[in-house]
Amino acid sequence: MSTLPARKLRVATASLAGCFGCHMSFLDIDEHLFELVDIIEFDRSPLTDIKEVGPCDIGIIEGGVCNSENVHVLREFRRNCKTLIALGACAVNGGLPAQRNHIPLAECLREVYQFRPGVENGQIPNDPELPLPLDKVRPIHEVVRIDYFIPGCPPSGPAIWKFLTDLIAGRTPRLTGGLLHYD
Amino acid sequence: MSALPSDESAALDGILQRHRHDPTRLLQILIDAQDIAGWLPAPVLTRIAAGLDIPRARVEGVAGFYSFLYTRPVGRYRVLFSDNITDRMLGNAELLDALCRKLWIEPGKMSEDGLVSVTTTSCTGLCDQGPAMLVNGQAIGQLNHRRINEIAEMIRQQRPLELWPAEFFQVDDNIRLKGALLGLEMAPGEALKAAIARGPEGWLAEMQASNLRGRGGAGFATAVKWASARNAPGELKVIVCNADEGEPGTFKDRVLLNRYADLVFEGMSLAAWAVGAGEGFVYLRGEYRYLRPQLEAVLACRREAGLLGKNILGQPGFDFDIQIHLGAGAYVCGEESALIESLEGKRGTPRIRPPFPVIKGYLGRPTVVNNVETLAKTCLVALHGGADFAATGTAQSAGTKLISISGDCAMPGIYEYPFGAQISRILEDCGASDTQAIQVGGASGICLASYEFQRRIAYEDVPTAGAFMIFDGTRDLFEVARAFIHFFAHESCGFCTPCRVGTSLLKGFMDKLADGHGAKADLNDIDWIDRLLKNASHCGLGSASPNPVIDTLQKFRPAYERRLVSLDFEPAFDLDAALAEARQLTARNDPGAHLKTHEEEEEK
Amino acid sequence: MTKQFLLDGQPVPFEDGQTVLEAARAAGHYIPSLCWHKDFPPHGSCKLCVVKAAGRHVSACATPAKEGWEVESNTPEINGERRGLLQMLLVEGNHFCPSCEKSGDCELQALGYEYEVLTPRFRHFFPDRPVDASHPDVLLDFNRCIFCELCVRASRDIDGKSVFALTGRGIDKHLVVNAESGRLADTDFAKTDRAANICPVGVILHKRVGFAVPIGERTFDLATISEKTLKEGSS
Ligand SMILES: Cc1cc2nc3c(=O)[nH]c(=O)nc-3n(C[C@H](O)[C@H](O)[C@H](O)COP(=O)(O)O)c2cc1C
Ligand code: SF4
Ligand code: SF4
Ligand code: SF4
Ligand code: FES
Repeated sequence: MSTLPARKLRVATASLAGCFGCHMSFLDIDEHLFELVDIIEFDRSPLTDIKEVGPCDIGIIEGGVCNSENVHVLREFRRNCKTLIALGACAVNGGLPAQRNHIPLAECLREVYQFRPGVENGQIPNDPELPLPLDKVRPIHEVVRIDYFIPGCPPSGPAIWKFLTDLIAGRTPRLTGGLLHYD
Repeated sequence: MSALPSDESAALDGILQRHRHDPTRLLQILIDAQDIAGWLPAPVLTRIAAGLDIPRARVEGVAGFYSFLYTRPVGRYRVLFSDNITDRMLGNAELLDALCRKLWIEPGKMSEDGLVSVTTTSCTGLCDQGPAMLVNGQAIGQLNHRRINEIAEMIRQQRPLELWPAEFFQVDDNIRLKGALLGLEMAPGEALKAAIARGPEGWLAEMQASNLRGRGGAGFATAVKWASARNAPGELKVIVCNADEGEPGTFKDRVLLNRYADLVFEGMSLAAWAVGAGEGFVYLRGEYRYLRPQLEAVLACRREAGLLGKNILGQPGFDFDIQIHLGAGAYVCGEESALIESLEGKRGTPRIRPPFPVIKGYLGRPTVVNNVETLAKTCLVALHGGADFAATGTAQSAGTKLISISGDCAMPGIYEYPFGAQISRILEDCGASDTQAIQVGGASGICLASYEFQRRIAYEDVPTAGAFMIFDGTRDLFEVARAFIHFFAHESCGFCTPCRVGTSLLKGFMDKLADGHGAKADLNDIDWIDRLLKNASHCGLGSASPNPVIDTLQKFRPAYERRLVSLDFEPAFDLDAALAEARQLTARNDPGAHLKTHEEEEEK
Repeated sequence: MTKQFLLDGQPVPFEDGQTVLEAARAAGHYIPSLCWHKDFPPHGSCKLCVVKAAGRHVSACATPAKEGWEVESNTPEINGERRGLLQMLLVEGNHFCPSCEKSGDCELQALGYEYEVLTPRFRHFFPDRPVDASHPDVLLDFNRCIFCELCVRASRDIDGKSVFALTGRGIDKHLVVNAESGRLADTDFAKTDRAANICPVGVILHKRVGFAVPIGERTFDLATISEKTLKEGSS
């Protein structure tokens, strides 16, 4: 019998172009959350106040890549996390935000900033502080190497739990018996 | 339904009538109809569908399949630069650029006045006299800046093609070495007389003894093919001459058709005599359309001489005639079952086999498909006997082989060697020096490195349909493979998943490496796609498509490795380029408005 | 004596003319398919049914069974290739299941589950394929077409209408309808056509019934595609 590592596993999470639905689902593992906090501790995450990701065992990314800021965060995670996981449809294949991909970017931006009812003299913002959008929304595996994928919109709590416990116990994670869903 | 101008409408009716409103002639009808306006407007397709009493969607399906059919407007001068690797090595890109600049147009886009469009096309079979182009279907070789200047000028002046200098359109045969076939001087009908004298069975036995194998690539025993068709149930049988010659770097069939057409047609008649066929087709690739008038003339002479038609050479019941069917820019139509679909006026999609064409081919009839060279060679068997034919070559490869030599050598052209000829000897004969590699058998063939030049041309060693492209020490074998992958991705018919998607993915990976974004992980993905293409493709196009990559990765791996910027992973797309549109929209160019695609360069 | 071949080491009986796929399924062994349909001759385009017979890769749906053959199907190698083909289909089109009415009833998705496809793996093509909402009863969302040609075949061979055809070539291949306008509303298509009820994925969708059956109670929520296929085969 192998035992779990004495040291707690450090886990960071982030939401890129996502809706936090996957994070909500993560919290949805209910009573398992208590088991989980016995074996993991959180680094940077919407669940903590830590702003910069540090060296971690596992990184979990929700959402696709839609702007330059997303790229920086994703790369930070890749540099710091031994294992990087794509969580949810948007991270896996771009998801809902990627539905804008067949509309030219200029049209998208003008629609939002110039032609929307109630917007007068609207201009596309050009503040250097703001991240620029990519021409298309991309799944995260097109930007950095991803070790594992958990599809679903959002993936169910039990699916996430099964996946993480497999991973932490050193088994190749599998989603079987109805746990695998793309929707 | 939108209306057609009345003169166009009348012309269209004439075409439909000429083709007897026969849906199997759909591709021929579309080719002819396109000559009216230079392209195929939607109402024309509707009219053709009505005239043939077939669904419009089927007409649209066919029109959209072939590269040389246009359902959007193209220039009145349609310039297509041949884009084989040999054309690239001779600087076709620079010439294309120059022409576009002189005409003030962008490649691939029609000029606003509708005068001209310029783009590329797959190998046009003029590799021995490239760089080459097609202008409204007419071939022009030996392009250089002087010719390009003149061409630009004549297009600007809207000078009709007939008034362009005749030497522009001269296509040389470049026969460098003659053997049994190219040296043969035969009066039309002589071989046929000999075969008729033996009777169909006796003639087939002679073919059996010759051990002649197909020259189109697969090397199938010709006599076995003929016998299967002969024995297959069905009254009406068909002989098809495969003159699609789309394999990049191959042009020996062009020379046979240009100078030895009588041998080719005689071979078809010999096949008909053996098989009991009454109907013959030459499937002529669209790129060779300029050969059609002279081929028709030869056919007319043969009819005149009683070598085609009814009771050929006075033999009661030996009725056989040949018609020419044009292709329209689709390499896959060289595959015999796709060819037959195309002959039936459909999209050139390879069929499920079995049944094989010899059992169920054109319109369900037993059909023999043979290569141009195979058919011409049967004349030698008829004249001198099977044993004589089998006496040259090697044990498993009887006779001679025509080789189309191009690339880095002093004397490109056609060479006829007995099978068993050593590669090094061929290289010496054509004046190649400092040879780094050769691609034998075209894009789908094999790439040989210098340590393999002692190998021999033969089915049992280095098989080939005839292409022999030479690359000297200055060439980059990665770019060679990349050019071929572009070719396959462009020519995939799209029927099956692995080839439709796989060739495009492979092209994407090769371009990624070429653009300086390659990583070791990409090489693994390339390997994996190569294997899937080989294993799971529906036809020979897909399964051969990874060959250039597999060979060069094995034999010229550093050509790939020197392009890698990471041992691990690189983004699948150019990150900084993906921000370009947003930069333009916001008029920003500050450091924050950029991304480094290669991560190590980024500030940490 | 009935003839038989070995499928992953198990004897499978067959009759002359039966394909490897038909014989295997009749004997209770699952071989996947997407473009094959029992009411039509084999098509052979999707290649999901790929197996290794006597060492050679063949399409099980289109290959007649042969006495004594050793056929490999449920092996890591072959299943890996199937997974790859599914990933190719997923990146080639625009598949976003959460907003697809077919989700739960879709065979491509069900095969993704069957073969545990967790990632599309490759670069997405994100093709631009506008939808056709012109018809009063049926919506065409071409973003999800896998080119199985079942609609083409059904409309031509059963409905006698030829409403659909493929045009273009290679990766640019796409579906068109039988009208100069390119609009489904301008064809004689009807929602009762066989072609309107045969698409294995979410292209040909009946309007106003999208979520009549709630997610969670749909075809492949109740049984996996292999279970369902084998059950139908034995009934
Ligand atoms: C993609 C593809 C393209 C082909 N192109 C040609 C061709 O241009 N000319 C040809 O003779 N055979 C071509 N072939 C081979 C034919 O399918 C067929 O084997 C040949 O025409 C038979 O003639 P043979 O027995 O005389 O060689 C091609 C095969 C494939 C798979
Ligand atoms: S392998 Fe390629 S060319 Fe052949 S059928 Fe498949 S898609 Fe078409
Ligand atoms: S067609 Fe199938 S795989 Fe595609 S989005 Fe719809 S449910 Fe998902
Ligand atoms: S629309 Fe559906 S049935 Fe028709 S080809 Fe596409 S996937 Fe197949
Ligand atoms: S099911 Fe056999 S190829 Fe599609």
